[in-house]
Amino acid sequence: MSDPMRIRAQAAGDKVTVRVLMSHEMETGQRKDAAGKVIPAWFIQEVTATHNGKTVLTADWGPSIAKNPFLQFVVKGGKVGDKVAVTWTDNKGGKRTDEATVS
Amino acid sequence: MQTRREMLARSATVAGLLAGAGFLPLSAMAAWPQAAFDSKNMADAVKALGGGAPVESKDVSVSGPDIAENGAVVPVGCATTLPGVKRLLLLVEKNPSVLAAVFNVTDAVEANLNTRVKMGQSSNVFAVAMMNDGKVFFAAKEIKVTLGGCGG
Repeated sequence: MSDPMRIRAQAAGDKVTVRVLMSHEMETGQRKDAAGKVIPAWFIQEVTATHNGKTVLTADWGPSIAKNPFLQFVVKGGKVGDKVAVTWTDNKGGKRTDEATVS
Repeated sequence: MQTRREMLARSATVAGLLAGAGFLPLSAMAAWPQAAFDSKNMADAVKALGGGAPVESKDVSVSGPDIAENGAVVPVGCATTLPGVKRLLLLVEKNPSVLAAVFNVTDAVEANLNTRVKMGQSSNVFAVAMMNDGKVFFAAKEIKVTLGGCGG
């Protein structure tokens, strides 16, 4: 399966800045391989972020997002010790969830 | 006289059209918005997501470099200071798929998101904010790309 995401969540005041680095090819379906065949699209379609189990952000992505996608967002009202989890689903049904603790 | 088969075929077509036009919000919300990602310009993408005509606004901002050396990885951000945001969209005007990302924000997160996109060539990048009351605002920024990121 895919490699784990790297999630860093840092609290500053009552805000938590979350930075996520996902490991994914993000093939657009536009590129061709050496034999001239189109490489089929393979990209993350849905991303969900939760804060202490409550969904705070969902995103629908297209193939324009760069390889090994990066996402940064700010959660209001977070504090040290909170749990932040991120889940992605790609167009082939692949899925991964990782969790981090706010520091 | 309509046969049952014709009738079924016709209703399936109508359902397909409705789904494509975004008239089935419940099912359309749950699924990935294919129509929006297929659209070729900003107005169509916004329409596919159920928004009105976009208006340029100073309260929406799009951040990124003026010149990106590598189009495969261009850091961009979208933000707005307006309250009541439902969705933030990122679009790259000259990419084969104009719409890059749709962020459904809640009150628990700030309407300020950063990510990285691919850009095939120098083009405008749009940040679009869709509000709870149906208004749509956007901001644009031109990013020049030295080396495209969509080729083989």
